Amino acid sequence: MPAPFTLRFLNSLSRTGWIAMALFAVIALGVLPALHLFVPEGSPLHVSGFVITLGGKLMCYAIVAVAMDLIWGYAGILSLGHGIFFALGGYAFGMYLMREIGTDGSYHSHLPDFMVFLDWKELPWYWAGTDSILWAAVLVLVVPALLAYVFGYFAFRSRIKGVYFSIITQALTLATMLLFFRNETGFGGNNGFTDFRRILGYDITSPEMRVILFGLSALVLMLTLLLGRYLVTSKLGRVLAAIRDSESRVMFMGYNPLHYKLFIWTLSAMLCAVAGALYVPQVGIINPSEMSPANSIEIAIWVAVGGRGTLIGPVIGAALVNLSKSYFTVAFPDYWLFFLGALFVMVTLWMPEGVVGLWKRIRTRRAA
Amino acid sequence: MKSILLTLVFWFCAMPAWAALDPAVVKQLGAEESDDKIAAIQQLGASANREAVKVLKALANDELYVAGDTIFLMDGDTAVDAVTGAALQPAPESYESITINNRIRAELTNAIASLRLLNPDREVRLAAARELQTNVGLEMVPILDRALARETDPEISSLLKLAQAQANLGSEDAAARLAAVHALADSASPNTRNLLLPLTRPDVEANEKIRQAAAAALKAIETQLAFGEFVGQIFSGLSLGSILLLAALGLAITYGVMGVINMAHGELLMVGAYATYFMQGLFRAYLPAYVDWYVVAAIPAAFLAAALVGMALERTVIRRLYGRPLETLLATWGLSLILIQAARVLFGAQNVELSNPGWMSGGVEVMAGLTLPWNRIVIIGFTLFVLALVWVLMQKTRLGLFVRAVTQNRAMAGCVGVPTARIDTLAFGLGAGIAGLGGVALSQIANVGPDMGQGYIVDSFMVVVLGGVGQLAGAVWAALGLGVVTKFLEGWAGAVIAKIVVLVIIIVIIQKRPQGLFALKGRFVEN
Repeated sequence: MPAPFTLRFLNSLSRTGWIAMALFAVIALGVLPALHLFVPEGSPLHVSGFVITLGGKLMCYAIVAVAMDLIWGYAGILSLGHGIFFALGGYAFGMYLMREIGTDGSYHSHLPDFMVFLDWKELPWYWAGTDSILWAAVLVLVVPALLAYVFGYFAFRSRIKGVYFSIITQALTLATMLLFFRNETGFGGNNGFTDFRRILGYDITSPEMRVILFGLSALVLMLTLLLGRYLVTSKLGRVLAAIRDSESRVMFMGYNPLHYKLFIWTLSAMLCAVAGALYVPQVGIINPSEMSPANSIEIAIWVAVGGRGTLIGPVIGAALVNLSKSYFTVAFPDYWLFFLGALFVMVTLWMPEGVVGLWKRIRTRRAA
Repeated sequence: MKSILLTLVFWFCAMPAWAALDPAVVKQLGAEESDDKIAAIQQLGASANREAVKVLKALANDELYVAGDTIFLMDGDTAVDAVTGAALQPAPESYESITINNRIRAELTNAIASLRLLNPDREVRLAAARELQTNVGLEMVPILDRALARETDPEISSLLKLAQAQANLGSEDAAARLAAVHALADSASPNTRNLLLPLTRPDVEANEKIRQAAAAALKAIETQLAFGEFVGQIFSGLSLGSILLLAALGLAITYGVMGVINMAHGELLMVGAYATYFMQGLFRAYLPAYVDWYVVAAIPAAFLAAALVGMALERTVIRRLYGRPLETLLATWGLSLILIQAARVLFGAQNVELSNPGWMSGGVEVMAGLTLPWNRIVIIGFTLFVLALVWVLMQKTRLGLFVRAVTQNRAMAGCVGVPTARIDTLAFGLGAGIAGLGGVALSQIANVGPDMGQGYIVDSFMVVVLGGVGQLAGAVWAALGLGVVTKFLEGWAGAVIAKIVVLVIIIVIIQKRPQGLFALKGRFVEN
């Protein structure tokens, strides 16, 4: 008889896991926001808005990395097009943010500035209802999920996998990027969406809003990790790992890999979309370059650096790679690509299990 | 200073040839009334006198002056009498330029063009005849008749006939108009179509017979134009296809035959293009006389450069990842980033400037309204050459035999003494070298910069995947097919939509035929 859900859920994380999770919750939801809001700016304990925004950004990346790990690390599907789902989520929420600008744009029109610029008289049909944050939230979840489901259904049904799948997802993201670059598509062309003013009437740049977005990102990251952990320790996770290791054998045992792969693929896309929706108000811009193939492939390296199939590894990987990106692009802008390229090569050659694998190896050596 | 000297030299050479103009007519150019001026201009235009061009040109540029009874123009610093061509000593003290209005200006243009039609220099006549294709009136008919009677060059002759027909369309004489319509029917160009279009309307052309003739002529022209457009699209499709093929052929060897996912393939194209740039620099510095041939010298250079880079990549990184395709993909992506940044550091982040050699610029006019550019023709030819090279290498050489043996059965090939590891390196070098050759071709038609390779990687993979892995012939068909389909779609829907539709088509095709369109027949075991 299967154990009750609560028990299974609690068992999905180890004791140290739960402690770490609680510690993270206290810091991200309590300490950092308090230090930002209530400690005066001159004080050495004050956490600046820059740190809060950077932290929020990193957590959004981490959500994407965990979503990637779910399909790559556990189901063996390497997507080189995850940027699409991230950007679609961002665009869906960005539509709401654009509507929320109201008549404060440079043309003081009810339409977003870029539409006035194109001499459009009314909103295209797919913008209908985007002035409601609830509808925007529905779009954030449904549009990427639908795209992922349809694409995944056709791809997995004809058993496209491995490198073929990767290349096709890359083509998909390239095509979508080209589509969004067009002005006629109705999403601001090259420039995308920017100049956001407020959410639900509150100023988007205020410290309180910053902290709320930061807290939301932290919450979603924690939930993603818990959900991921629960899934991979469940029967579904076992089947997925089996599909990763030998799809034919799983089929011979009577499972249909299509449904399993499709479920985890669509879920992963939705997680990415949520991350994108949280990311856009924090950085204040979304444009088609988020869908460039290079961006999507970078997600894979976050996961690889952290350690595939570990869930926590990708979080570490995303933070490490992006922090070093922030550092390098300021300190040695000419060397960032050398570093990133070398990282790709070295991790695949010498650190197949990433940072987490390295840590485990060190611990077992010490224990022995 | 130099330019003034040159003008003087020209002027002295021209001096003895200055045939005197009719003084009365020249003087009339300075008349008060526009009608008088126009009459004089038309007389000069009809005079078939070469010097008249000079005078009329000066007039068109407001550089013809009148001082008392003398009409003169300035040649450099010297005042020249418009009638005799002799230098005026001393130059007149007080003078004013002859003013002209727009009506006179239009007359001048025609008169100058008609004079140039009688110029002994073929190029000048050709240019003048071309100018007359878009702007000709009934008053030009006598001049055109005279020019036609003297013209011996068939190309100019046919142009003149067209101009004459156009001029005759405005004629009062119905027979002349009918003849003009028939003459125009023989030339299919958008211009003649526009000329004939009004003639089918009863309110413009009263004569029923001419309307019918015009309608028939229009129909013939439309068909011919549509055919020309069709051929043009096929050609540009083939041209795009050959570029895709050059970009993908190397990949067809490394991915298709060896199974290595090389995301740095686009950067090998870039290496080839930069090698071409380097060759251009060498030729400019040391062999300026042969600079037009730098492209030819770049072919082996680009092959070697890309092959060396490719072999280095294979030896250092790719070799360790055989059998792990996803890891290979990531590692080679990293390599591509390193190569891009290296190009930026070495050559700068901006695109570099490469000039087409003279023999590759211009084009051949196959039919009216369809000109095929030489550089595209050369690239199609070059693609055929590279294809032949690959075929010979793979089918007729020992290396090709070994490569095919290793692909078919690595263990067995090793058993019979094929050095498999070395063959891997050489085969990868061959694929990379072919990519370098693609880079040479790309450098002639696209921007050369550090990021140039990134745009081709997805396309190249699409070609190989569509054609069927392990199949060079499949890649050829896939590339040409994709090229033609893309160009036709672009004609209907624009470049971006065309690209998206093509990607969707590829995804759908792979649904139906996961092994590619031209997959080898047989049973496959999944690993």
